[in-house]
Amino acid sequence: MAAPAIQVLTANRLRDGDVVYWRNGAWVEAFKDAEVFAEKSSADTALATAQKFVADRIVVNPYLFAVRIENGEVRAIEERENIRSEGPSVRRDLGKQAREAFDVSI
Amino acid sequence: MYRYDEFDAQFVKERVAQFRYQVERRLSGELTEDEFKPLRLMNGLYLQLHAYMLRIAVPYGTLSARQLRMLAHIARKYDKGYGHFTTRQNIQFNWIKLVDVPGVLADLATVEMHALQTSGNCIRNVTADHFAGAAADEIEDPRPIAEIIRQWSTLHPEFTYLPRKFKIAVSGSAHDRAALKFHDMAVEIVKNDTGEIGYRVYAGGGMGRTPYVGHVVGDFVAKEDILAFLEAVMRVYNQSGRRDNIYKARIKILVSALGVDEMKKQIEREFAEIKQAGTLTLPQAEIDRIDAYFAPPAFENVPDEEPASLDPTFKPWLEQNVSKHRRPGYAIATISLKPIGGVPGDASDHQMDALAELMDQFGIAEIRVSHEQNLVLPHVRKKDLPAIHKKLKALGLATPNAGLITDIIACPGLDYCDLANARSIPIAQDIARRFENLDRQHNIGELKIKISGCINACGHHHAGHIGILGVDKKGVEYYQLQLGGSGAEDASIGDIMGPGFTAQNIGPAVERVVEAYLKLREGDERFLDTYRRVGMEPFKNMAYLEQMYAAH
Amino acid sequence: MPLIKNGVFADDVFVSIADDVQLPANGAIVSLARFQKDRDALLERNAALGVRLKSAESPEALGDDVHRLSVVVLEFPVFRDGRAFSWARMLRERFDYKGEIRAAGHLLYDQIAFMHRVGIDAFEVPQSVTLEQFNRALGEITNVFQPSADGKKTIRELRATRKP
Repeated sequence: MAAPAIQVLTANRLRDGDVVYWRNGAWVEAFKDAEVFAEKSSADTALATAQKFVADRIVVNPYLFAVRIENGEVRAIEERENIRSEGPSVRRDLGKQAREAFDVSI
Repeated sequence: MYRYDEFDAQFVKERVAQFRYQVERRLSGELTEDEFKPLRLMNGLYLQLHAYMLRIAVPYGTLSARQLRMLAHIARKYDKGYGHFTTRQNIQFNWIKLVDVPGVLADLATVEMHALQTSGNCIRNVTADHFAGAAADEIEDPRPIAEIIRQWSTLHPEFTYLPRKFKIAVSGSAHDRAALKFHDMAVEIVKNDTGEIGYRVYAGGGMGRTPYVGHVVGDFVAKEDILAFLEAVMRVYNQSGRRDNIYKARIKILVSALGVDEMKKQIEREFAEIKQAGTLTLPQAEIDRIDAYFAPPAFENVPDEEPASLDPTFKPWLEQNVSKHRRPGYAIATISLKPIGGVPGDASDHQMDALAELMDQFGIAEIRVSHEQNLVLPHVRKKDLPAIHKKLKALGLATPNAGLITDIIACPGLDYCDLANARSIPIAQDIARRFENLDRQHNIGELKIKISGCINACGHHHAGHIGILGVDKKGVEYYQLQLGGSGAEDASIGDIMGPGFTAQNIGPAVERVVEAYLKLREGDERFLDTYRRVGMEPFKNMAYLEQMYAAH
Repeated sequence: MPLIKNGVFADDVFVSIADDVQLPANGAIVSLARFQKDRDALLERNAALGVRLKSAESPEALGDDVHRLSVVVLEFPVFRDGRAFSWARMLRERFDYKGEIRAAGHLLYDQIAFMHRVGIDAFEVPQSVTLEQFNRALGEITNVFQPSADGKKTIRELRATRKP
C-alpha cells in the first residue's frame, strides 16, 4: 500500500485535550493553519521532533493523517479527522467550527 | 436513597486527593501518558475526539434534586452547558479540561458523587431497574443490594486490574428492565418455593464484538451469601480470564470457553472457601440498615383517579410515558430525552435545573436515569401529572414516545468518540424525523431501535429490536442492520441482515423494514414478535428491495 | 531493584537464579519450572528457598510445598496484568502461607496499597519510589469497604462498632 501523498501532523493538548496541529515546529489550533507535508520524509521528521512536546508535557499522542486538496482547500481523507477539526456535526454551535478566534501558536 | 455517612465522606475526600495527586504527577512529568492512562480511566476520564470526556457515576441511576443541580452546575462551570445520559445510567460531559478535573471531583464530593470506576478494567457502575421501588411488578427493590455491591466493589484490592471491564446489573422483577442477561454478571431477586427471597446470579453476558446472553451460575443464592458468591465469580475471572487479547478478555469468553458447568464448578469451589472464611457474610442487620436508606417516601392517601387535562397533548403522553406504580394514586413518569431531531440522551444545564425545581415543587425526592437514555420520576401523584406534563412541555421534555420507534438509543458515535467508526446521532435524528407522526408511531407500537457507532456496542445495538451498527468501509460510513434483539427477560441477540447501507439509505431501509412488519403482523404482535415468527427473509427482501445497498 | 520489606528498605537476602545456573549456598529464588523439575534436591538444601511465579502460574502448582518456601515472588509483567492480586490472596487465605510474598516487575505506585491489602509484604520498587512515597501510597485511603488478606477492619465493621 503506498504511503499517503500528503499529510498533516496532529495531537491533543495535554492540559485541556484540545485538538492541535503542527506548523513549523510549533502547534496551532486551527486546521486551516496546519502545515501540510508533501513528502513523507518531512512528515516523519516533524513527528519525531514532536516527541519533545510529549516529553515536555505539552501534547499527547501526536500522529500523522492523510489529507487531500479539494477545490484549493485542504481536507482530511478520513471523516474522523474532519470532525476532529471542526466539532460535532450535530452541534454546529460547539467546538472549533463555532470558535471565532484561534491561538496561532501554543 | 443512600446517604453518605462520615466514612463515605472521608473516603470520597481522600479519593479526590488521590486523583489530584495523580494529575499533578502527570503534569509534572513523573507519570507518562501510558502510566497515567489506566489511572485516569479508573476515574472515568477519556481523551475523546475534541477534548477530555468525564463520566460521572450515578449509582443505580438514582439522583436527588441536589445532585441534579450540581450536574447542571458542572455543565455550566466546566463544560458547554449540557451533559449526556448513558446506557449505563451514568452521565458524561464532553468538554472537560484535565486541569479542571480535580475541581469537578471536589464539587461532586459535596453532593456525595464521584467518577470512580466508571472506566478501566475494574468493576463499573452497578446498574438497576430504573423503576426500582416503584414498579407494580416488583418482588423487592433491587437498589439496597445494588448499594451493597457498590460498596464491596469500590477500590477492591483484588479486582482493580481485571482482564477487562466488568459490568454488573441488578433487577427486582421478573420483567427485566435492566438488561441483566447482557451483563458480565447480574443479580436477579427471586422467590423460592417457600417464599424466601434470594438471588439468581447470571454471568457471561455481554455486547461488543462478540455478544453473548448470560448464563445462570447460581440458581438461588441466599442473601447472606451473595457477596461471597460474587467474589467467587470475580476471582475465577481474574485468575483465568484471557490476558493475551483484549477482544477475548471479557468473562463472556471465559464462560464460553470453559462451558457453564465447569465455570459453575470453579465458582462453587471458591464460593465454598469464601463462605467458610465468613468475612463476607452479609448479616441481616446490615441488610436492614441499607434497606432503611431506600424506604419508600411517605406516600399519601390520594384517590386513584385517572388524571385529565384540557391540553390535548396530555393524553398521548399519559398513555405512553406514564407507567403503573405499586401504590394507588401514584404513577411512574418517563421523561423522554428523545425529542424528534434532538440528540438522544442529552440534557442542558437549564433543563437539569428546571427538573430539580420541578422535583422540589412536587415533592419528588428522586429522579432516575434509565439505560435507555431517558429520565424517570419514580413517585408521582397521579393528580400532579397534568401540571408536571405542562412544565415538561415547556422544557421540551414531554415527547410522548417512551418505548416507541422514535425513542432511539444512540451512542455518541463519531461526532464525539475516539473509538467510533461512524456517526450514530445523525442517523437517530433522521429516523426519528421519518417516523415523527404520532399516529404512525402508535400504529407501529413498541419498537426499540438501538444504534452503535462502532463494534464496542455502547448503543447496545445487539439488543435492539432493530439494531444498527455503524462501520467504516474505505472511509465511508456504512450502517448494518440487525433484527430481533431484545434486552429484556426474553434476551436475544439481533440477527445480522446483510450488507450495510449508506447514511442516506439507512433511513429508507428502516422504513421498509417497518413496512414489512406492518404487512406481516398478526393480531397485536409487536415488531419483535412478528420477526420471531416469520424470520429474517421477508424483512431482508423488503430492505434490499430497491437494490440500494453497497456491495460487500 | 530496591526492596522494601516490612515498610523499610532491606537488603535482599535472596538471589534470583536462572534455570541453568548452579545454586549458591545461600538464599535462592528459582522459577516454578525449575522447582517442579528439581523439587527434592531444592528442598533438601540447607538454605532458604524461594519460587518465582509468572503471572499465569497459580500457587496451586506449589501446593503444600509452599510452606517450605521462605519467599514466593509474584511477577507483575505489566501493570494491567492483575492476576497476582488473586495469587497473593490465595497464598494467604487458602494456604495460610506465612512467608514473604514479594511483588516484582512492573509495579505502579498506585498499586502498592492494593498489593499490601492482598498480603504482599515485600516490594521490588522502581527507583522513583522512595520510602516516603511508599508510605504515602499506603495512607492515601484510610478505610476500606471490603475484607482482604490484610485482615483490616472494613468500614462496615467500623460502623457497627462506633459509638452511637
